[in-house]
Amino acid sequence: MSTTTTSITSANISMSPRMRVAMIGISLVAIMSVTRLWTGFDNLTSSGTIGAALRLTVPIMLAGLAGLWAERVGILNIGIEGMMILGTWFGAFGAWKYGPWIGFLLAILGGSLGGLIHAVATIRFNIDQVISGVVMNLLAFFGVRYLSELVFVGQPQGGISQSPPQSFAIPKIDVPFLAGGPVGSSTTPDALGWLEERGWFIIGDLSGMTRGLMSGLSLASLIALLLVPLSAWVLWRTSFGLRLRSSGEAPEAAESLGVNVIRVRYIGLLISGGFAGLGGGFLSIISSSYYRQGQTAGRGFIGLATMIFGNWRPSGILGGAAVFGYSEGIKLVAGGSITGLFLFILIVSAIIGLISLLQRNIKRGSTAIGIGVIALIAYLTVTEVPESLTQSLPYVITLVVLATASQRLRPPAKAGVPYRPGGGH
Amino acid sequence: MSDTAVAPSGPLGKILTPSRASGLRTSGTTLASSLIAVLIALAISALMLFITGKDPVAAFTTMIDTAKNSDKLLEMMRRATPLIFSATAVAIGFKMNIFNIGVEGQYLFAALMAAEAGSHLSLPGPLHVAAILAVALISGAAWAGISAYLKVRKNVHEVISTIMLNYIALSFIQWIFNSFFRDDSVEGLNVKTTIIAESGWLPDIVEGRLNSMFIIALIVVAIFWVVVYRSRFGFKLRASGYNATAASTAGISATKMTVIALLLSGAVAGLVAMQSVLGETHAYGPSATPIQLGFAGITVALLGRNHPVGIVVAALLFGFLDSTSAQLQLAEVPNSIVKVMQAIIVLTVVIVNEAAVRRANVRTAERARAELAAGGAA
Amino acid sequence: MSSTLAVELRGIGKRFPGVIANYDVDLNVRSGTIHAVVGENGAGKSTLMKTLYGMQEPDSGTISVQGSERRFKSPSDAISAGIGMVHQHFMLADNLTVLENIILGSEPGRRGVIDMKQARSRVEEIMSLISSELDPDMPVSELGVGERQRVEIIKVLYRGARILILDEPTAVLVPEEVDELFATLNTLVSEGATVIFISHKLDEVLQVSDDITVMRQGTTVAETTPQQIDRSGLAELMVGSELPSPAGRTSTIGDNVRLAVNGLTVAGVEGRPAVDNASLTVRAGEIVGIAGVEGNGQYELCAALLGLLASKGTVAVDGKDLTKASTRQRHDAGLAYIPFDRHREGLMLNAPLWENTLLGREDEEQFSRGPLVDAASIRSYTVDIIERFGVLTPDESTPAFALSGGNQQKLIVGRTLTTNPGVLVAAHPTRGIDVGAQAAVWDEIRRARDNGMAVLLVSADLEELLGLSDTIAVMFDGQITATLNPDDVTASELGSYMTGAHKEVTS
Repeated sequence: MSTTTTSITSANISMSPRMRVAMIGISLVAIMSVTRLWTGFDNLTSSGTIGAALRLTVPIMLAGLAGLWAERVGILNIGIEGMMILGTWFGAFGAWKYGPWIGFLLAILGGSLGGLIHAVATIRFNIDQVISGVVMNLLAFFGVRYLSELVFVGQPQGGISQSPPQSFAIPKIDVPFLAGGPVGSSTTPDALGWLEERGWFIIGDLSGMTRGLMSGLSLASLIALLLVPLSAWVLWRTSFGLRLRSSGEAPEAAESLGVNVIRVRYIGLLISGGFAGLGGGFLSIISSSYYRQGQTAGRGFIGLATMIFGNWRPSGILGGAAVFGYSEGIKLVAGGSITGLFLFILIVSAIIGLISLLQRNIKRGSTAIGIGVIALIAYLTVTEVPESLTQSLPYVITLVVLATASQRLRPPAKAGVPYRPGGGH
Repeated sequence: MSDTAVAPSGPLGKILTPSRASGLRTSGTTLASSLIAVLIALAISALMLFITGKDPVAAFTTMIDTAKNSDKLLEMMRRATPLIFSATAVAIGFKMNIFNIGVEGQYLFAALMAAEAGSHLSLPGPLHVAAILAVALISGAAWAGISAYLKVRKNVHEVISTIMLNYIALSFIQWIFNSFFRDDSVEGLNVKTTIIAESGWLPDIVEGRLNSMFIIALIVVAIFWVVVYRSRFGFKLRASGYNATAASTAGISATKMTVIALLLSGAVAGLVAMQSVLGETHAYGPSATPIQLGFAGITVALLGRNHPVGIVVAALLFGFLDSTSAQLQLAEVPNSIVKVMQAIIVLTVVIVNEAAVRRANVRTAERARAELAAGGAA
Repeated sequence: MSSTLAVELRGIGKRFPGVIANYDVDLNVRSGTIHAVVGENGAGKSTLMKTLYGMQEPDSGTISVQGSERRFKSPSDAISAGIGMVHQHFMLADNLTVLENIILGSEPGRRGVIDMKQARSRVEEIMSLISSELDPDMPVSELGVGERQRVEIIKVLYRGARILILDEPTAVLVPEEVDELFATLNTLVSEGATVIFISHKLDEVLQVSDDITVMRQGTTVAETTPQQIDRSGLAELMVGSELPSPAGRTSTIGDNVRLAVNGLTVAGVEGRPAVDNASLTVRAGEIVGIAGVEGNGQYELCAALLGLLASKGTVAVDGKDLTKASTRQRHDAGLAYIPFDRHREGLMLNAPLWENTLLGREDEEQFSRGPLVDAASIRSYTVDIIERFGVLTPDESTPAFALSGGNQQKLIVGRTLTTNPGVLVAAHPTRGIDVGAQAAVWDEIRRARDNGMAVLLVSADLEELLGLSDTIAVMFDGQITATLNPDDVTASELGSYMTGAHKEVTS
């Protein structure tokens, strides 16, 4: 792989992309640690926050993967939101009637059904992919209302916009020794918890963050997370994955080599719908225990955003989703700690600004400093961010990231371009 | 030249010139395929009702009965009014291949701003109304302007930015309303902004049933038609939609067109809730101002094929369908079937239309080749 | 070489709606030879090869490979018969690596998992066979044109092709790369492979092939060898009559400079400029031709002149500095453009012809009534263009997609020339236009030139370039590397300047 050279003042340091990401990660944790110690908001890196963040990350990540599988095959899937809605409904229905695992199965099937409709409309009938996606969303939104009216109305606590609650739950895991999980019938020490309580610089934060991933971990979350490396492996290491990617990069070339591009695209959209459905199911089975209208709250679109600034790679999608999950987790667990985030942003922008100016990148430097000043003002003056505004946080973040990141991205070459087989030129 | 080879002879030939003939052929194809699609959609909906154990016959007869009620026809026009504005806003964007999904956020923001501004003004009748409309137009355009900026300067696709801005608008509006604009002097759950003085009310055409906003909607659609299909600006707009690269090569600035299209689209979007603000509740409020009209507008625009006449017809159709929901409830048919039917109709129409247009294009090309081979042109 | 036939086509026919692409085609390709199929644009060569490669089924006729009759329902069938095709427009996925592009569709491995090691070793084996040194893990987007063609050849060999079809392989290569390609082909043939290649470049065909089949208007008209025929004989077979010869000129070039370009630089990819410090002048009544292999900055040069790409340096038309002007302003100053790609840059395919004529001119007084468009006036204007330039169309309301490529081009030329531009930037203005109409277009351009129009002509058609230009500037790698006199220079001399082998100090 190629190496990137990062110059810090006059020193030339060249590192591989993996090392670079690790360095940035550690730096961010360090800065967060400083913020925590300064503000006293222990929740910024607590296991509680991270645990909540994980639960909030998973649906967005699954939505992002749904977008990935579709666009990698060359089809824009704006209808992820709708397929997630189908997932929430069918998931809740299945979980209420038969239990959570059946619920997930039905959620995946429901999402795939949406994927199939989108596929037929765009592949067989060649409708504009964006239009098809938008209509999918409306169809799903109203479709589940109709279904609710048939099935949930008259049930206890059920109605046209809500399902009855589920009684069974999926087991949660606590990792033994590190997070106090049981081995057999005896409890084990909670090593990370102990470290977290000490609150030492960086170590305390890392412990808290790791413990958040290891205690109260839902089995479903674990499986969902495994889908990330699984997707990467399938896409880059198997014949199926190579043919899938080629259908989105150069369908004529793939066709000329005997790949059935049409069939591959159908499969890709079914998988995409399945992922979206799974994400929806997660919302109505794990994040809550019933279906509620509007549960998806735009996560389908946020997932698309993570796909874009994750550069159409599963690892990038996980990273992007984690940012959203974290911001929502903070809001949920410790609303007041949000002002601590201002300090975090202040420190990060100050550092980026200084480095940029030293590198003579005036534009980036002054923008960073500008953001830092705004963050400073916000930190000093704002004591409480109104609820209605924090609601818009994920959407604002999406816009900001999309606005700043469009440059260095590599979408699949023919994503969104309609394809007719046997065409060539 | 070759007019003689193709056109019928005599006086009919003068009226039915080849260009008019081909134009009629296109409209005819669209109309026919849309009708077929609607029938297919109704069949699918009937099937859906049947499968889920409901009575499709009861549903359709209820709907037809509703049509016989003249009061209901007025309600159809009343419901159609905001849909016409919403669809026109979306269609302006579509003409340039720009997807303005953000009509929802734009019109709610405009409604809030216009209602609040209107409540502070005291001007003679027509001026007061005009001022309120102006605020609505500007606010809608401003909110759309954010997406325009993001698209043109930061390369953010308008589909995602307008959708994000919808959610952001909801939060933002809620915050502003609750913090500054809410009129707490009035008791009750139905909180609103301060009611606008009577000089800022738009009179009804049929008292209590249909507001003059309906006429304004028709006027706006007519202006849309003239501007888009007859004006120089409209030509530039459509040219950018046909082929943006060719248009910019010919000197039409894609950037300028994008911004203007989005601003105009947002401005028209701003009028969506004006029937409510000027003619019904005379204020903005979370329960007082209707929601979901932005998305409904997208379906109406798609159904109406982005054409002024199509939009009005589609809006009336959807307005009619919406007005049947109360009766359906009484006939024990789940009335959410109405919205599902609308979505199915749109999807079917789009699909059938696409196929029909494609086949028509092939036939046009073949006809052209045939006419030339038959020894026509110089 | 042997006398057994690797490929034998008998009576192949293929028609498309409204067009007969092939009829009664016979082809005999001996094993172990390089067999050229020559013909003009539209002679049916590409269609024939697509049939042989299984991309479409013939309506009539038989295909025999190594003596046994075959039916190909898809490229996979052809591939398993040992046939491989290297397309004219490369079928490569830019964002995938060289290795991935090669193994796509035939990945080695078990149960769906790709065996990367096996793939790599097999590919490297083939690369050494044809002495190619490509990095298998490099994304194709970073490869040059000749290297990409190499990947296409490896792709074909990887699948065990013994019969290679190459469609216009030298169209995008510089002479150096052409020699490399021919060396590779000879190596393959000495190893027992058979090569069929399509070309309209007669010199190359005579240089490298063992047998030649000539096609004209959909069928085969002759089978011959380089020993039996010469260049003009081949040309005559291809066209059926003699080519039009370039006419001389009677008017003189004016003194005033109409187009002045100074130090024009346009940014390209990866830090290398697409146009590098180019300067040229065109005077009234003068035609300056830009020669060069496609992809050496010609498009970027033209686009920068039109204000479609950002650039450094200065551009002036009739003395007026247009460096900071918008495209619209440049049009208003008298600059006009016949684009490289008529579908992408020139036409609104779904719109009627009259709207295509109006494009860019909607603000002119003659076509507008206040803020509205005067449809009647633009329609009759379009009818005039249709008549004058011989655009074959039922009427002016016909959508542009319904016209053939040549007629679309005629409309574009017509609508551009009738604006009476001061400076015309024309990129292969007669591409796709049949020979007879080509001469008519050249006459129109000459007539406008005689009236004082200045022309900057970019063309890969050397007949056109040499026939029309008063001066020829050669572009290579974004730079203007030579200025030549068309009366003195020969085609091969021009070719070597085009590869950058000689760099002459410009006058």
